[in-house]
Amino acid sequence: MSRRVDLLIVGAGPAGMSAAIIARRHGMDVLVVDEQIAPGGQIWRNVDAVSATSLGAVLGKAYTEGADVVSRFRASGARYQPRTQVWQVETGPKAFVTCGGVATAIEAGCLLLATGAQERPVPFPGWTLPGVMTVGAAQIVLKASNQIPEGPVWIAGCGPLALIYAVQLLKSGGQIAGFLDTTPPGRVSSNISKWAKATLNAPIDLMKGMSWMAALQRRVPFVRHVTEIEAIGSEKIERLRYVTASGESKVAAASLLLVHEGVVPTIHPTLALGCQHIWNSDQDSFAPELDTWGETSEPNVFVAGDGAGIGGAIAACLRGEIAALRIAAKAGHISDAKAATAAKPIRMRLKRALAPRAFLDSLYRPRPAVFMPTDTAAIACRCEEISVARILAQAGTGHPGPNQVKAFTRAGMGPCQGRQCNYTVAHVLAASEGRPVPDVGLYRVRPPIKPLTLDELSTLGTGGAAS
Amino acid sequence: MSMRALDVLIVGGGLHGLSAALHLARAGKRVTVLERSWVGRHASGASAAGVRTLNRPLVELPISLEAMDMWHKIEMIVGNDCGFNAGGQVRVAEDAKDLSVLERRFATVQGAGYHHEELVDRAELLRLVPAISPHCVGALVARRDGAADPHRTLLAFRRAAEAAGVSINEQCGVTAIERAGSDWRVRTEGRDFVAPVIVNAAGAWAGEIASMLGDNIPLGLKASMMMVTERVAPLLNPVVGVAGRPLSFKQSGQGTLVIGGGLQGRADIKTQRSFVDFDELAKGARAAVDLFPCIRFVRIVRTWAGMEAKTEDHQPVIGASPNGNGVFHAFGFSGHGFQLVPVVGAILADLILHDRTSRPIEAFSAKRLMKREAAA
Ligand SMILES: Cc1cc2nc3c(=O)[nH]c(=O)nc-3n(C[C@H](O)[C@H](O)[C@H](O)COP(=O)(O)OP(=O)(O)OC[C@H]3O[C@@H](n4cnc5c(N)ncnc54)[C@H](O)[C@@H]3O)c2cc1C
Repeated sequence: MSRRVDLLIVGAGPAGMSAAIIARRHGMDVLVVDEQIAPGGQIWRNVDAVSATSLGAVLGKAYTEGADVVSRFRASGARYQPRTQVWQVETGPKAFVTCGGVATAIEAGCLLLATGAQERPVPFPGWTLPGVMTVGAAQIVLKASNQIPEGPVWIAGCGPLALIYAVQLLKSGGQIAGFLDTTPPGRVSSNISKWAKATLNAPIDLMKGMSWMAALQRRVPFVRHVTEIEAIGSEKIERLRYVTASGESKVAAASLLLVHEGVVPTIHPTLALGCQHIWNSDQDSFAPELDTWGETSEPNVFVAGDGAGIGGAIAACLRGEIAALRIAAKAGHISDAKAATAAKPIRMRLKRALAPRAFLDSLYRPRPAVFMPTDTAAIACRCEEISVARILAQAGTGHPGPNQVKAFTRAGMGPCQGRQCNYTVAHVLAASEGRPVPDVGLYRVRPPIKPLTLDELSTLGTGGAAS
Repeated sequence: MSMRALDVLIVGGGLHGLSAALHLARAGKRVTVLERSWVGRHASGASAAGVRTLNRPLVELPISLEAMDMWHKIEMIVGNDCGFNAGGQVRVAEDAKDLSVLERRFATVQGAGYHHEELVDRAELLRLVPAISPHCVGALVARRDGAADPHRTLLAFRRAAEAAGVSINEQCGVTAIERAGSDWRVRTEGRDFVAPVIVNAAGAWAGEIASMLGDNIPLGLKASMMMVTERVAPLLNPVVGVAGRPLSFKQSGQGTLVIGGGLQGRADIKTQRSFVDFDELAKGARAAVDLFPCIRFVRIVRTWAGMEAKTEDHQPVIGASPNGNGVFHAFGFSGHGFQLVPVVGAILADLILHDRTSRPIEAFSAKRLMKREAAA
């Protein structure tokens, strides 16, 4: 039972919704699938239901602004299928999805992957203990069900999301035991030239960041330039140890620790498709190689939004629009010339939206220990519980690539399909073999890109009859 | 005259290449393995690693049974147990019709004088595999069979071979082979190698290597698929197959369910890549949930396809080349060569060292396939 659509968009966040709106405007048949229950993506999760409530006020303007995009998306005539997991994408393009326990295939004229970003995994001793989670996960709970953690929370990390969430948590009546800012010292002064360019173009964003920081410093214990963290406990986190800029080691009671070290593009789908990828040294991550319209090396497969490189919500919307114009032109709905003309002003706005990036990327660049834990007893692969030391030992025998390390240590073989350890393994191999990370590369992706049950797979091709 | 630096060159760093290398090096030969990618990159690393005599074709049984004895002392051979678990193999019948197929097989095997297979009733099947769906009516069982861990097996054979003095060259693909006096000159992407004897253990690409050596052997291609689930609580010990269905089902030492059964994906021999065909693989998922209803909601975390050469009669090619002096073949295992690994290396060592072997290998000659081609 394979369906066919002109354009299949995976992800109903800023990029996916914006692309759908434009593609519909040019008369295309558009299907948008997303695993969430409502449109909005990560940043605007649940915004339909929340924007007019008191939670909307807590989450702020950058959040409630999403309601407008969502309502335009809803009115666009694009078909929207929530609660739908894409578990494989193939040349064709063709996508396999499950919805309500039934697996189906969708063939598309063009496929737009607008699957956003994932939080960068942060391996440190104790990071797999219950009671240690990511800031992003905590924020999902806030947006989806207006819940905040009970009792005082430790937040450790670097990057805007950690700051925003801390502010949102205080506004919702939460308590913060302390904020451990892991940003290394000297970042602002060493990036003055980028800063000038950034502030000239997008002063509001940066001023917001500064004001969050000031607000936090007034209201919670705020430790700057923390170099190391460790979660300690037997069944769950009980204590937190951290090392300050002066090298002092401190221990504090902790029942919940939220960590965050920035986000990286979601590249499992493009890896599965065999698309070319490039190393983005500013963002210490891989991204699919794209032309100026967002098309990958795989014909008719496009990427827009943070999956194309971290750029934030506004840039995501604009990249979605640009991709949709090219897709409409490829399908013959508008001429190439018209698409180029329509894209011109959008490209200008995109340039402005991306202007602060260079500064933000260098300001919030994670410290080296995020990539390569100083304590090699730290777990690298949490699914299979493989330590950094095990990977180092394997690296010592010959010059294995990530795939061999995977075969011999089982790192990357668990349900997360290597999302949590692929960069760590690449960094460990690079360091031990004296090679650059992009040279080492990541694990080969083996389908499915998201786990599905045997029962779900058994329904494929039966229209659900086997279930 | 310059001294030869090498006695045997082995093309292909899969398990068959490594096993041959190990046996030859232990007999004092200077052996080098040339592997285009890395050791275990293809069939050997992708294998379900079932160690099965059950339901093997009769002509394979003598060497397969010998291999089984070797598996039971594999630690003495390669210094590691290779994760071999002799939990038995079970071939299940879901109805009376399938049971009669198993009964016929049982009669044939007994008639030929083999006693490794046993017919069991439903009660014994449920005792052996309590998790199996109660609709199953009986089974054929080989109690000494089992399964190994392919990666541990690769590592063990590699280490044993290296310890015996074998030199293994990875990222070293053979591009051409020509005669150099009474020797063979093997060209690779890097340097050339010269040796009087060549073992062709190039798996899916063995046909290419054979033609470089003067043998035109028609071969097909298999791209068998596998899927692995998340870990679950202990569910079964034997490996379970089903009469008339594409299913081979087992639980690994880690607790994951490893599901195969010969369903075919797609392969591209040129780019050396293989692809999973999910419409096909869905049949395997259906068979798995039919036989083990309790695993319906277990998540699949990985799938893959592995490439291997297939012959017309699904029997391997093992033996001396009809045309190339000093050339020996070991390929075309058609999806069931893992179990044979320890013995095929020993056979090749026999042939190379003594020009003959006491093991019955007539059915595996390359000629049988080449003749057919000539007649066509
Ligand atoms: C999914 C799957 C499941 C299986 N399950 C079972 C099972 O349960 N039980 C069982 O008994 N068997 C099983 N098999 C079969 C078994 O795995 C194979 O028969 C066996 O591994 C073959 O080993 P090999 O060394 O001949 O081939 P390979 O492991 O494929 O090795 C051949 C090597 O040759 C190299 N090569 C090719 N061309 C060149 C060149 N020009 N230069 C240099 N190197 C070259 C390749 O890179 C490759 O590494 C399975 C196979 C697959 C794919």
